Amino acid sequence: MTILDIDQPVAPPPRRKGRRGRATALAGTDRLTLGLMLGIPTLLVLALIWGPALASVALSFTEWDGVGGLSDIRWVGLQNYADIFTTYPRFWPAVQHNLIWLAFLIVLPTAFGLFLAVLLDRKLRFGRLYQSVLYMPVVLSLALTGFIWQLMYNPDQGLINSLIGHAHTDQINWLGNPDLNLYAVLVAAGWKHTGYVMLLYLAGLKAVDPSLKEAAQLDGANGWQTFWQVTFPVLRPINVIVLVITVIEGLRAFDIVYALNRGRNGLELVSVLITDNIIGESSRIGWGSALAVILLVISLGFIVTYLVQVFRKEERS
Amino acid sequence: MTSAVGVRPKKSAGSLPPGSGLGGKHDRPRDRALRGALHTFLGLTCLVWIAPLLWAVYASLRSYDDTAQHGYFSLPSKLTFANFAKAWTSADLPHYYLNTLLITIPALLITLLFSSLVAFCVSRFNFKFNLALLMLFTAGNLLPQQVIIVPIYRLFLLTPVPSWLSDSGYLLDSQFGLVLVHVAFQTGFCTFVLSNYMKTIPHELTEAARVDGASVFRQYWQVILPLCRPALAALGTLEFAWIYNDFMWAIVLIQTGDKMPITSALASLSGQFFTDYNLVAAGSLLTALPSLIVFFVLQRQFIGGLTLGSTKG
Amino acid sequence: MTRFTPTPPTAHPLLGRRAVLKGLLTAAGIAAAAPTLAACGGGGSGGSDSKTVTFGSNYSDQVPRTAIAAVLEDFKKQSGIAATVNTKDHETFQQQITNYLQGHPDDVYSWFAGFRMRYFAGKGLSGDISDLWGQLGGNYTQAQKEASTGNDGKQYFVPFYSYPWAVFYRPSIWQQHGYTVPKTLDELVTLGGKMKTDGIVPIAVGQSNGWPQLGTFDQLNFRTNGYDFHMSLMAGKEDWAGKKVRDVFDNWKRLLPLYQENALGRTWQDAAQTVLQGKGGMMVIGSQQIGQQFAGKLDDLDFFPFPEINSAYGTDTVEAPIDGFMMAKKPANADNAKKLLTYLSTPEAQLAYLKSDPTSIAASSKVDPAGYNALQKKAMDFVGKAKHITQFLDRDTDPRFASDAMINGVNAFLNKPDDIDGLVNGLASQAKSIFTG
Repeated sequence: MTILDIDQPVAPPPRRKGRRGRATALAGTDRLTLGLMLGIPTLLVLALIWGPALASVALSFTEWDGVGGLSDIRWVGLQNYADIFTTYPRFWPAVQHNLIWLAFLIVLPTAFGLFLAVLLDRKLRFGRLYQSVLYMPVVLSLALTGFIWQLMYNPDQGLINSLIGHAHTDQINWLGNPDLNLYAVLVAAGWKHTGYVMLLYLAGLKAVDPSLKEAAQLDGANGWQTFWQVTFPVLRPINVIVLVITVIEGLRAFDIVYALNRGRNGLELVSVLITDNIIGESSRIGWGSALAVILLVISLGFIVTYLVQVFRKEERS
Repeated sequence: MTSAVGVRPKKSAGSLPPGSGLGGKHDRPRDRALRGALHTFLGLTCLVWIAPLLWAVYASLRSYDDTAQHGYFSLPSKLTFANFAKAWTSADLPHYYLNTLLITIPALLITLLFSSLVAFCVSRFNFKFNLALLMLFTAGNLLPQQVIIVPIYRLFLLTPVPSWLSDSGYLLDSQFGLVLVHVAFQTGFCTFVLSNYMKTIPHELTEAARVDGASVFRQYWQVILPLCRPALAALGTLEFAWIYNDFMWAIVLIQTGDKMPITSALASLSGQFFTDYNLVAAGSLLTALPSLIVFFVLQRQFIGGLTLGSTKG
Repeated sequence: MTRFTPTPPTAHPLLGRRAVLKGLLTAAGIAAAAPTLAACGGGGSGGSDSKTVTFGSNYSDQVPRTAIAAVLEDFKKQSGIAATVNTKDHETFQQQITNYLQGHPDDVYSWFAGFRMRYFAGKGLSGDISDLWGQLGGNYTQAQKEASTGNDGKQYFVPFYSYPWAVFYRPSIWQQHGYTVPKTLDELVTLGGKMKTDGIVPIAVGQSNGWPQLGTFDQLNFRTNGYDFHMSLMAGKEDWAGKKVRDVFDNWKRLLPLYQENALGRTWQDAAQTVLQGKGGMMVIGSQQIGQQFAGKLDDLDFFPFPEINSAYGTDTVEAPIDGFMMAKKPANADNAKKLLTYLSTPEAQLAYLKSDPTSIAASSKVDPAGYNALQKKAMDFVGKAKHITQFLDRDTDPRFASDAMINGVNAFLNKPDDIDGLVNGLASQAKSIFTG
């Protein structure tokens, strides 16, 4: 049935996995190799990500316009945080939008991406074509994506209003109406995200041994049951990846709104607020850093909980 | 279980909703109808998916006067590639393509190399600090990139590098510096994906190699890495698109207009005062080409690689 | 766990690996070659050669870019000094200005007058050119000298050109309907009502970029409260939640029924197009902005000052942002930088540039207006007669306040014009956390 079946080379004695790593003492050169393999990337990440991140945490307790040296930085303690939570009118809307964004991405594009992956996971004429078309938005640039959706949503000239007959009378202001634009942009975000999720699941589904499904069908399971009882559990590693990616995308969402209207007027997102305060002609480094730290803490909350769970499960199995 | 399932897979395949993962390959009318429905659904979905892009393509093929007079939702008086030609020369696209590729390709390759190394170590060896290490990398990728802008800027401003690496003499305003930042940021995500992928590769393979006396590096390079080709291809596509499309780091770290990546060349096309949307459409489609090409090239690799393992029926 | 069917290490494993290796080596080679290749592109912080000067430019659109290149070419002919231009997209230039000036900036760079200039001068990020002003000062009026002066009384800026903000319209359309220029806000509102019955959108608005409506705020504020209050408010020295600011928004509310719908979803370019097409009656905008949309049809573009609101102030203030140039704090070639700045202050250089932009006026007061079109002549007269000149909200106040608090505040106002209380209180508390100095 398959060209290469894993059962034939080594029939694995169960639990052998647990012994990995310490099976044999590593030779000296191997130790060195391992050290280098791990060491160089780790050093780079520590130096360029974590070091600066810690520096930013420190900066979040200061007031600084980004000009001059250490002596120009004024320590303000928790003032930035207090002000952000109480007087910054864009903050809470931004948090809310991020959460909506996250919930949307987890529910719709993810489910639809999985659905499409399942549909495409078979020998199918035009299968590659379908995949390519669905995946294509993922590789398009920020500029092009923003621009494309501007063309789509433009109230006077856009394709959508023209198609539904609202271009001349009773215009729908997709991007200008603050009650509507978040959802309009989410469609664009979903347009990108679905293909991404689909691809990941497609990769995962290819790794599902078909004999498992056959066995389930022999047992009389229908397609729905086979999927949920056999395929879906096997997709667990992919599920983790998809979930993590979706959380990242949801929390860090930035480019589409930035391209459309700089994240204003109903499209506020935390990452946009950070950008506004940090990049610019006279920036509020402390303020922006504090916003970034808040986002960081939320992200870390999600990711650490999840990673810890995943690893616990793995240890148990 | 029930006697109704007598015909085995075929029967169930026939009665399944299209979403069932089962490909019937039998020329029965019902199957054919099902296939038809499947193709119709996928075809329509794809049409909806590609419509926004086609709309932009359509705009790019029309002249400014045409759309200014008749609007975009109209039949063209004529279609022309003039916008593409104009975008190509007036935004000096070849120069910026080169700039961007000089950043993207090294960054991509180094990212994949580093992340596969780390992923190999954490998935093959049971170090105590594996979890911590993975978190270090994964969470590093989760940081909002904006958070480290200021410290990175300062660091790069103060770090001298030999002039053969950067004509500015510093990491700041050098493409090398940009490569470093991208590698540092993207390695986390790739490590996460690759380590998940590598964990599904049976340990017996490396153990067999080890018994044969293969060094750690050979286990990585000759045993594991070839098996990861589909994952590497998939990541390559994604990462290429991400790094290629970055504009934020370029704004922060590149200060010479001529070194800017292509994303900013596009900004000058759209103009401060006057925007010819058709020209911008043509320009932005041109800038999207490399990611699309990479996608189509690598897609063969990863879809091909993926399908090899599944000659299922 | 599941049984896994890995991709077989295919028929040509070596080939595959070698390809990867080759790729990596190539990449390493490319990485090493990158900077050298890029260096061919020019730019950079320039040499100390006595015949060059580096020039950081935000004139990125093709037409102004070519015009600046022509000006620099003339300069080279005259002085023998070649300028190396480092052009960056207008917006990118602005976003990275702080980092740029602290890095290795070009000897001379383009920038704006007003708070934006004084801010960097105050931070010590730009070169003092007071001595130079002794020679080139004759080209400018006292008001322009003031606009080029930092908080310490020294000069840091050389004005190049400027353009007035006002209410722009198409005279042919107005003639056709018999409209007359309104002198007061009441007349403006009445006129707007008339336009509506004629099926014309009275005031074209495109606010999706965020900044255009800041101009309307400026007009309303200095017409309502006068120049002094406006500047003091911009400096963060007045109460944003006080009655005077509320009055501004109350006046503004009277205009909202005349506004084009969906303002927040439209770019100012598109709004200006509606004026051009005759669908929009008028627009509060800068001559340079709307003028570019009227390219080739400038003879059918006219303007009037934003009408009077408080007779104590009449229309004594004109908003006319000045663009110009500054010098790096440590230019590689200070002498050449100063020569270039001197050249840029001359009427000939400014007029040479304005050939590409017939919608702005030269900054130099020595310019002979004979070559100007009607719009430019009127603009020159308009700016020349002004008692006070403002730059623009985002040039007159702390950009942190302008880009974050103000733009979002104004957008919120356009969405919910009735919540003025919430609006001004929000502005006031943000002003408090930004204007701490």
